Amino acid sequence: MKKLTIKLLSVAAGLLLLQSCEKDLNVIPENSFNSTVVYSTPAGYKSVLAKVYGAFALTGNQGPAGNGDVQGIDEGTSDFLRLFWKAQELSTDEAVVAWGDPGIQDFHLMNWTSDNPMLKGLYYRSFYQITLANEFIRESSDAKLASRNITGADADNIRQYAREARYLRAFQYWALMDVFGNLPFVDESFPIAGTKLPPQKTRAEIFTFIENELLAIEPGMPAPRSNEYGRADKAAVWALLARLYLNAQVYTGTPRFTDAITYAKKVIDAGYSLVSNYSWLMRADNNLNTNEFILTINYDGRYTQNWGGTTFLTHAPVGGSMSAASFGIDGGWGGLRTTKNIPLLFPDVTGAADKRSQFYTSGQNLDIFSLTTFTDGYAITKYKNVTRTGQPGSSLTWVDIDFPLFRLPEMYLIYAEAVLRGGTGGDLTTALGYINQLRTRAYGNSSGNITAGQLTLDFILDERARELYWECFRRTDLIRYNKFVEGTYLWPWKGGTQNGVAVPAFRKLYPLPSADVNANPNLVQNPGY
Amino acid sequence: MTSSKLLRLFVLPALLFVSQILFAQDRVISGRVTDPSGNGVPGVTVTPKSGGSPTQTSSDGTFNIKVSASTTTLIFSSVGYGTKEAAITGNTVNVSLEITNATMNEVVVIGYGTRQKKDLTGSVTNITSKDFNKGTIATPEQLIAGKVAGVQIVSNGGAPGSGCTIRIRGGASLSANNSPLIVIDGVPMDFGGISGAANPYSLINPNDIESINILKDASATAIYGSRASNGVIIITTKKGKSGKPGFTFSSQYSLSTPSNHADVLSPTEFRAYVNSHGTAQQRAMLGAANTNWFDQIFRKANGTDNNLVMSGSLKWTPYRISLGYFNQEGVLKTGNLQRKSISINLGPSLFKNYLRIDLGIKSSFTNTRFANEGAIEAAANFDPTQFVHSGSKRFGGYYEWLDPNSTTGLKTLAPRNPLGLLEQRLDISDVSRHIMNALVDYKLHFFPDLHAKVNLGWDVATGEGSVYVPDSAASAYKYYQDANGVLHGGVDNHYLQRKFNTLLEPYLAYAKDIRSIKSKVDVVLGYSYQEFIARNTNGMADPNGPLTDDKGRWTPFYNYTADRVLTSAPTYRHDRDVQRLISYYGRVNFSFNDKYLVTGSLRRDGSSHFAPETRWGWFPAGAFAWRIKSEPFMENSRVFSDLKLRIGYGETGQQEFRATYLPIYNVGNTSAQYQFGGAFYPVFRPEGYNPNLKWESTATSNLGLDFGFLSNRLTGSIDVYYKKTKDLLNAITQPAGTNFTNIIIANVGNMENKGVELNLNATAVKSKRTTVDLNFNFTYNHNEITKLTLFTDSSYIGNTFGGISGGTGNTILINSVGFNRGAFYVYQQVYDENGKPVEDLFVDRNGDGQITDKDLYRYKGIDPKILMGFSSNVTWRKWFGGFLMRASIGNYMYNNRFASTGTKNTILNPLGFLSNGSSVVLKNDFVGGGSRFFLSDYFVENASFLKMDNIYVGFDAGSFLAKGTTLRLGASIQNVFMVTKYKGVDPEIPGGIDNNFYPRPRIFTISANLDF
Repeated sequence: MKKLTIKLLSVAAGLLLLQSCEKDLNVIPENSFNSTVVYSTPAGYKSVLAKVYGAFALTGNQGPAGNGDVQGIDEGTSDFLRLFWKAQELSTDEAVVAWGDPGIQDFHLMNWTSDNPMLKGLYYRSFYQITLANEFIRESSDAKLASRNITGADADNIRQYAREARYLRAFQYWALMDVFGNLPFVDESFPIAGTKLPPQKTRAEIFTFIENELLAIEPGMPAPRSNEYGRADKAAVWALLARLYLNAQVYTGTPRFTDAITYAKKVIDAGYSLVSNYSWLMRADNNLNTNEFILTINYDGRYTQNWGGTTFLTHAPVGGSMSAASFGIDGGWGGLRTTKNIPLLFPDVTGAADKRSQFYTSGQNLDIFSLTTFTDGYAITKYKNVTRTGQPGSSLTWVDIDFPLFRLPEMYLIYAEAVLRGGTGGDLTTALGYINQLRTRAYGNSSGNITAGQLTLDFILDERARELYWECFRRTDLIRYNKFVEGTYLWPWKGGTQNGVAVPAFRKLYPLPSADVNANPNLVQNPGY
Repeated sequence: MTSSKLLRLFVLPALLFVSQILFAQDRVISGRVTDPSGNGVPGVTVTPKSGGSPTQTSSDGTFNIKVSASTTTLIFSSVGYGTKEAAITGNTVNVSLEITNATMNEVVVIGYGTRQKKDLTGSVTNITSKDFNKGTIATPEQLIAGKVAGVQIVSNGGAPGSGCTIRIRGGASLSANNSPLIVIDGVPMDFGGISGAANPYSLINPNDIESINILKDASATAIYGSRASNGVIIITTKKGKSGKPGFTFSSQYSLSTPSNHADVLSPTEFRAYVNSHGTAQQRAMLGAANTNWFDQIFRKANGTDNNLVMSGSLKWTPYRISLGYFNQEGVLKTGNLQRKSISINLGPSLFKNYLRIDLGIKSSFTNTRFANEGAIEAAANFDPTQFVHSGSKRFGGYYEWLDPNSTTGLKTLAPRNPLGLLEQRLDISDVSRHIMNALVDYKLHFFPDLHAKVNLGWDVATGEGSVYVPDSAASAYKYYQDANGVLHGGVDNHYLQRKFNTLLEPYLAYAKDIRSIKSKVDVVLGYSYQEFIARNTNGMADPNGPLTDDKGRWTPFYNYTADRVLTSAPTYRHDRDVQRLISYYGRVNFSFNDKYLVTGSLRRDGSSHFAPETRWGWFPAGAFAWRIKSEPFMENSRVFSDLKLRIGYGETGQQEFRATYLPIYNVGNTSAQYQFGGAFYPVFRPEGYNPNLKWESTATSNLGLDFGFLSNRLTGSIDVYYKKTKDLLNAITQPAGTNFTNIIIANVGNMENKGVELNLNATAVKSKRTTVDLNFNFTYNHNEITKLTLFTDSSYIGNTFGGISGGTGNTILINSVGFNRGAFYVYQQVYDENGKPVEDLFVDRNGDGQITDKDLYRYKGIDPKILMGFSSNVTWRKWFGGFLMRASIGNYMYNNRFASTGTKNTILNPLGFLSNGSSVVLKNDFVGGGSRFFLSDYFVENASFLKMDNIYVGFDAGSFLAKGTTLRLGASIQNVFMVTKYKGVDPEIPGGIDNNFYPRPRIFTISANLDF
């Protein structure tokens, strides 16, 4: 009996030994941290905030590529700006592209489907940034800060970071709402990696959410131009509100031009001014343009590398007989040009009069016979990776140019358009003054100034193109002016024919990616797709 | 270990052992019976010649027999091995039996034991060294390519030592690994490679391999549980033989010749094309040379393989020591693989065979120079009218496309000089690998039917290497601008990886022949702990300095330009990846009356890949076999010499993939920071994760029939199987906003593989002078994906993959529900009345009046439907010879070279240079550039083929110079010819996309083998 007991005990001991070995299966990856470590210091919070912002500029955690954030799309094409730019520009008269990337020609031909990889990429990139912001907001709650013994100025800073995360989330919801309309909705209360499915909100409901969020964070945001370069402040909040209200009729059916005037005016009165030379806007050292830029996506040839963003906007339009060296890059990608509609908006294509007219015409045809031939269509030379003095940027491959998400001229144009569209709180004289400030800079003198009689809505649309072309505005503008799908305004290859044709009105919204409609049964696809 | 344990382990048996000697009146003779390859033969009847009761050898071939003092001889007999008498000279008698009937009695190594082939219940194929493929074989898996039904072994390319893609019964996964588990001398290998080695198995000398066993169905593999879904390959190395030391020296010399390359325009055709289609500017770019760039980059390559083996027994210790030296040049210039190997096997038997230890050490030291395979694409693309050298010293003297407008002086996107790419890149590695194993097998003195075994394994590898490109090289010319605006070029990178895998596996094996009830029972019960550690570093702060800092940690590692300017520093000094597997397993074999065989096994596996809730999996299996031939009604059959029916079922798992169940943060590297104000901040990113990850599980049913006719002149087997994988890991889209990644690996899919396998072996001629053996195998596999998403959703197209060259982000393959894995996802090409494809014109399959991605359809697939192998070995007097042919039917290939270079836009590149293109351009007049152009089904070609892999002839010179010295001479050709309709380089490319494939060379080998 005793022997048996000993045997049983030794068997039990053996089993216990094995059980303890089983704990060896808890292996924590070595080169990563869990949230407890990450959020234990204010510096950790700031590095997470850097990711929430950096998700605009970077495609992943390894520059230029190799550890991407968004899956199922070529990483080099998966950054926000490159994708948003394609959706906003390639679908319009402002841009065509020579390449055969899957789905890329569908933008200009206006026959995109719900499987378009670039629309999918944009959708998931924007939601990715929203998810990151949600996580940051969750981890910055007062309770969490208290539990981590972060107090005083450190805690106040982190609360400010959280307001900025809410701002970035609002911005991305705006971009998504503008492009896709009705959206699945998640905020910081939504669990990660659970089984719950996000509900769908209508475009109008998303509009209300964005508006409420911006109004809620506005009082706590730093004064205009007082935050660090690259971070949002009150002016960024106002500028997004102004843009939102200008398009409110499209988004919700209810015009809000008075509100657009109010918030555009707040920005204009916040002490911004125009950079003296239009050609300095998209240059390697455009971080100097803080008097005009309200919020930027920051790129750097050495430390913020990716294959999208302004690297794309600088390399892709260089081809044909263009000299790459004069663009501060190691070579062109021979892709982007514009249709004749844009150069024809200017008095001449050489830029002799209106210096915003920055086209490369040598060896290029004005007309586009083949979308995939680089020399068909004028190239645009707006983005150059050289400094104001002509020195190349820090790398010839990845450019230094920062991208302004908001700059002062847009506010002038919003003010003027909202006044013309019947908004109150502004006046035509002020509006004319703002527009003529833009024209004075463009012409170098007052020779291009217009009169009150010339200040019409159609003029504003054209002026927006002249001032803001290739800055992600055109599709939104054409829709607001009812010229995007309609037959009243055409451009080469609109709708797939060389002279252009109207397309069905449902194309004012892009389709929700079929991937998400499949994954989330709560979603209803936009009509027509 | 406590002293009491020590006591139990060693002292107690020793005491028992002594007591046996003291008190035994009769003598106890022990020993071991082995086959010619040194494997123990179980079930051999051992009879004292002058009376006494016989006994049988146990599962490892050992026996103990009580004999009277007068007995001087033992008789050993076994069906299939003949009879042998051996004199009793001491207390130990070890004998080696000759095989008289190979197929019946081969001892097959299965997991945790061996089994005679006639007693197998599962689908197991055993290939021994005599049946291995001949010729220049750098890696073990090539020894059996084409030999086994249901097993597809495809070399990944023509580079020396390049790996193979192995698929057993089509594989069982989509996202996870599809390669079988490889077990070398009882040590399961990890699935990853080793930095600096083209293929981890190229580190093993094929000459040391005795047998390769393939476990195909789950009833055989389930004992390996969570890693067995894709089959198991058990490699057993050669052991020492009993007797006096014998030596074998073998030497072979090979000549590899480039066999095939992409079909591009000749200089004349190219000139004519540019002159007729190009602009004046483009015509002016033509050069005056006629350069065949393939001739520039390829060469005839030499190889040699030398092995010296010493084998014998020293008292109770059989030993085998082998030394190997292998050196193979690549047909692509600059490539070279050199391997020095040493393998030592010791098999001491102690205490009258009560304690047996098998020790093995296989060490190899491999030096590789990797040729820059980018040169293959460059050679296909480079303008053939340009000279190789420019005459100037710039860019190392190689001709390059220039652009006076660019900062570097080079055309940015033009191809680089193919020869320059090769010669201006020194990519070398130095890899050592040591696989050590020790199997301690103790037969309990007080209970000799029970063996307590401990299997220990260590697999230690170090891979070190560097890449150096001089700063004059065009491929890395002035690409890095430092903080002062100065440009630097060239590359000087270093890497280092260490792997340390350990295995501890104690188990008990019980075998008993209970004659009273005509039953044999065999039980295995065990535990296994395996750990895989991989430690990586990339480049060294100072390649000549110490590897560790003063605290013994790795020093930080960086990438440099050739003049040693830092281009990027990694975030981490090193990374260390740890995986662990813990398992419990058991197996019972029971046979009744030698007719009815039953096997049952169960394994419980835990993997560190999963969360505690989902970590553990159960993997059961069972099989039944009926030896019909042993039934009375069959016993006298003259037609059938063997007939056995096998039925098996089992469940296996799969855990080999990269995904995380833990919420963690990842730090961005130095070039992925974000700027606030004037400062750059590192970014912390929360990683996507799936807390519910678990095993993939595959259930396999197998029905098999083994047969032999006419005294086994014709033997073979037919197997029919049905494999169903559930909880298949698939990359599925997450609802937007619900995770930190939009695509996550989750267990959502189901897939089926159904197939038939036939193996036939025939001895067509067997006379005194001549034998002709034929082997034929046939495999049919049907694969279908039955589920891919959580919710059934007919609008889900599936997962696209298979990136191609042409456009950015284009993929050509898809996995969709209701289709085979790896279908091509393409547009249907429209042809004109002459049968010529009309560029960018596709069938509007959904009839909506426009061509959109909704018109893509699934077409054929990359996997073959049918595989066949046919081989023969012939001996005639002192001559021998043979061949191996393989056929593959129903596999399709995307001809990426046709698609990406057979266009006008390629040749007359709009970016301002000329580029050679596929000669298909002359036939089709494609312009290229359309975004759907690359996705035409026109480029998907039937890649069915028949290949003569190998043909060899040899001469057995017999006794040579001295008595006991024999010499054999041989010659072989590999990659002899192929028959195919496929128009690209090679119809057999893993992955189904033909793009700059390193062509497999034709290899001529002569060999000499001397035994003395």
